[in-house]
Amino acid sequence: MAFFQMTSLVMKWIFRKPVTSRYPFEPRVPLAGSRGKLVFTDGNCVYCTACAKKCPANALIVSRDKKTMEIDRLRCISCGYCVDVCPKKSFSLGEAHSSPVTTKSSELQIHKSGNEETGAPKAAEGNSTSAPK
Amino acid sequence: MTPEQTMEPIAVETLLQRVQKMHEDGYRLVQIHATTLPDKLEITYSFDLDLRLASLRLHLPLEEPRLPSVSTIYGCAVLYENEMHDLFRVQVDGMTLDFKGNLYKTAVKFPFGSTKAPGVTCAAIAPAPTPKPAAGAAPVK
Amino acid sequence: MARTIIPFGPQHPVLPEPVHLDLVVEDEKVVEARPSIGFIHRGLEKLAEKKDYVEFVYVAERICGICSFIHGQSYCQAIETIMNVTVPPRALYLRTVWGELSRIHSHLLWLGLLADAMGFESLFMHSWRVRERVLNIIEATTGGRVIFGSCKIGGVRRDIDPAMITHIQSEMKTIEKEMREITTVFMNDRSVKSRLCGVGVLTKQEAYELGCVGPMLRASGVAQDMRKLGYAAYKDIPVEPITRTEGDSYARCAVRSEELFQSVDIIRQALERIPDGEIAVKVTGNPNGETIMRTEQPRGEVAYCVKATGSKNLQRFRVRTPTFANLPAMLKVLQGCDLADVPVLVLTIDPCISCTER
Ligand code: SF4
Ligand code: SF4
Repeated sequence: MAFFQMTSLVMKWIFRKPVTSRYPFEPRVPLAGSRGKLVFTDGNCVYCTACAKKCPANALIVSRDKKTMEIDRLRCISCGYCVDVCPKKSFSLGEAHSSPVTTKSSELQIHKSGNEETGAPKAAEGNSTSAPK
Repeated sequence: MTPEQTMEPIAVETLLQRVQKMHEDGYRLVQIHATTLPDKLEITYSFDLDLRLASLRLHLPLEEPRLPSVSTIYGCAVLYENEMHDLFRVQVDGMTLDFKGNLYKTAVKFPFGSTKAPGVTCAAIAPAPTPKPAAGAAPVK
Repeated sequence: MARTIIPFGPQHPVLPEPVHLDLVVEDEKVVEARPSIGFIHRGLEKLAEKKDYVEFVYVAERICGICSFIHGQSYCQAIETIMNVTVPPRALYLRTVWGELSRIHSHLLWLGLLADAMGFESLFMHSWRVRERVLNIIEATTGGRVIFGSCKIGGVRRDIDPAMITHIQSEMKTIEKEMREITTVFMNDRSVKSRLCGVGVLTKQEAYELGCVGPMLRASGVAQDMRKLGYAAYKDIPVEPITRTEGDSYARCAVRSEELFQSVDIIRQALERIPDGEIAVKVTGNPNGETIMRTEQPRGEVAYCVKATGSKNLQRFRVRTPTFANLPAMLKVLQGCDLADVPVLVLTIDPCISCTER
């Protein structure tokens, strides 16, 4: 009977664990291979600006003279195009997604001459959220 | 590639007659679109019959482009024609449902009309300095 | 009887998309529906003049959040046709798998929304529960949940490894079983049937004349499916269009329900037969030429008219999305319907106004 099909579906699920999660208390863990927050590794980058030219969202601002890389987190669409084009493999996509922010700010990463690195994250969300789980 | 496509240049005067013929042959209207070329406007009507795509193409001057409506033959053409009017400033005469430029709410009127072409600006229709070929005259190829 | 005009939308509890209708009603009967769209016109067609043709894949994918992959795929196919690029067979199969996954998730979304429009909330929840499994497969294989970002000109950007293929195959079995439970309810439940049967009938002739596409056309008995053009892997995996003859809302629901299982079948075949090899070829140079590429989206046929003149920006990029073609039919079925049926009828065309306005 047609009526009991829905009933049986409902009855079956009434005794199961819910498939939903209690979101703010249990954050969703992204699956392996998810395209999350863009991670920039200082040190390799030669500031060739190839990534900034290719970025479809214009989220990267690279200054050749000042040796700075600016990532606009709110523009970045995590497409991974910069990961593909960078000759030095300076970028990778983390699995975790960037956290929500309340103000618009970009993240400036400064690379001093020599090989010492000073990652100076300006944005509130920091730079460490992108570690794979 | 897969789709068998034909593209046939026609003149504006024969448009209705040709579309009528397409309708009689049982074609379905797939789409109508306009393209702004440097010196003219290109209108393409595409029809489909059993996965065969047949297109008719005609050219209009950039200045005051005018077309007869095919909406009396294909009712669904009104949306495409209103779209062409709203985005390209093509005046389509005799539409069965005329939105009078209100199909799309754009900040700039006729945003797709070429801004590069002489005499045509986005916001207003300025008189063109150079004469343009007459409507439907000598389509390319 | 006096006529009243009832504004419906763009913000309305049952409408997932911004379309506005002025419903001219006489008592409870709709006499005429006057549409106005254009609330979210984004001018993406114009953007093609600013972005180069390779980057534009990302824009094409964002035309629609539901058929996203097939938009990207159609765009890539159009450029590949113009540039005479031969895509490696493995990439074609992967595209087919992702395309069908996106069809399943779109149809499940639609079934859920339809249940929601009828006020059948628990069925809505169950449809979306199954859809979540599909989205998880998509996320694990492409990295995105709705914007896949995995198609590029010349092939695809990610491969699916054998372990993942086995995982998808076993997941597909569960999904199929769960979808069967849900579609049985849609097809047999009395309350669903009484909301759908005989509502919004479109005859075969009318559907064809009004230029309908996709499930809307197939539900009226016209066996038309762009997958028969044989793009991607559909040349090896034949697709028989699923048709119904009634042409009412129930038939549209039935067509989409059956297409779910057809897609599962296609995915299964594609994964079994997927050839080894490269997943992309390098594409150099700029496109020069013109083509009209048609593919079958969950909502029906999409037409991509791309014209390039040898520079890195396209001269014209035009998309005729399926909902645009189905709107005239929606207005037709609204004429003479009951006011209470309007939400269901608007939903049966599977409206996607975002892609309609590009
Ligand atoms: S990140 Fe890579 S592509 Fe970008 S400037 Fe540095 S080296 Fe060049
Ligand atoms: S991931 Fe994409 S959008 Fe983000 S910075 Fe790289 S190229 Fe730009």
